[in-house]
Amino acid sequence: MSDREFRSPEERARRLIMASIDGELAGGERGELERLLDEHPALRAEWARFQRVKEVTEAMALRPAPEEVWSDYWASVYSRLERGIGWVLFSLGAIVLLSYGAWAGVKELIADATMPWFLKVSLLALTVGTVVLLVSVVREKVFVGRRQRYKDVER
Amino acid sequence: MESALVERNEASERALVQRARAGDRRAFGELVTRYMRRAYYAALGLVGSHEDALDLSQEAFARAFRARANLDPDLPFYGYLYQIVRRLCFNFLRDSRTRRVRMEEATPWLMNQAGAKAAASNPARATERSELCALVQAAIERLPEREREVLVLKEFEGLRYREIAELLGIPIGTVMSRLYTARRNLAAELEGVL
Repeated sequence: MSDREFRSPEERARRLIMASIDGELAGGERGELERLLDEHPALRAEWARFQRVKEVTEAMALRPAPEEVWSDYWASVYSRLERGIGWVLFSLGAIVLLSYGAWAGVKELIADATMPWFLKVSLLALTVGTVVLLVSVVREKVFVGRRQRYKDVER
Repeated sequence: MESALVERNEASERALVQRARAGDRRAFGELVTRYMRRAYYAALGLVGSHEDALDLSQEAFARAFRARANLDPDLPFYGYLYQIVRRLCFNFLRDSRTRRVRMEEATPWLMNQAGAKAAASNPARATERSELCALVQAAIERLPEREREVLVLKEFEGLRYREIAELLGIPIGTVMSRLYTARRNLAAELEGVL
């Protein structure tokens, strides 16, 4: 009951109305609501309006999914789990291989004894960063392309 | 008798969650089978599209498994899963691109339970009910997401205030306030047909 204590009489009346139409009034609350409705015609009108809304929504239900959805459901979740691991491995592998390729490409430049160390570090960071961004973009493109069924819709 | 059954269910769920937490996919699969319908319909009520509800609910399960270290065997699995479902659904609805597409692709996700019987006996009445259903659906879609959520949990999942409060981690009073506002908005939208 403490959770249903209210800050103002209006708030209390509103919540009593909700509890009434949802069949969740506690013991003494029914009498209290009746008293309030008798004293305030506007509240009674509101209560009646909410009753009609309740009748309408009560007659509705969520549209059932086709039965075949359930037989494939776990398989779809499972393949998402597999793909998740696949993407992690793919990303790691791609980053390492591309980094190595790029490293081999700039190796000679790095090996140049006349080049200052901070330029070498910058070059290395730039190369690795580019590879990470490239893999990330490719991955996002492929992933979004697969999931976004409305990709051709003009935005 | 009923409480013994509930206890047995809870014990079996705790065991499944413990196994899933250790990476057992078969145990996780049993949890998926147990809660897939509930997760799907929760998502359907929030996003209003079969394909999106299917996609989002499946993604929620996948994320729940990936973050299985956070699973607490002493808490209901569905409470944990629902938090992921609702977060995914809200993000989906907030995506402006998604909203645009949703408006173009609007499909019926609600149905009038008495509609089929009425269609057989009185086609005119059935058309009336179908129109009312479309109006209610559109009115619910225009509700702010938190009000829509509470309304869906109450009306279409049949939860009690206490259950909604526990699921969302909010006080019962807040559940009632959100319901009040949701219904007041619905009443205003449906004024001509109520």
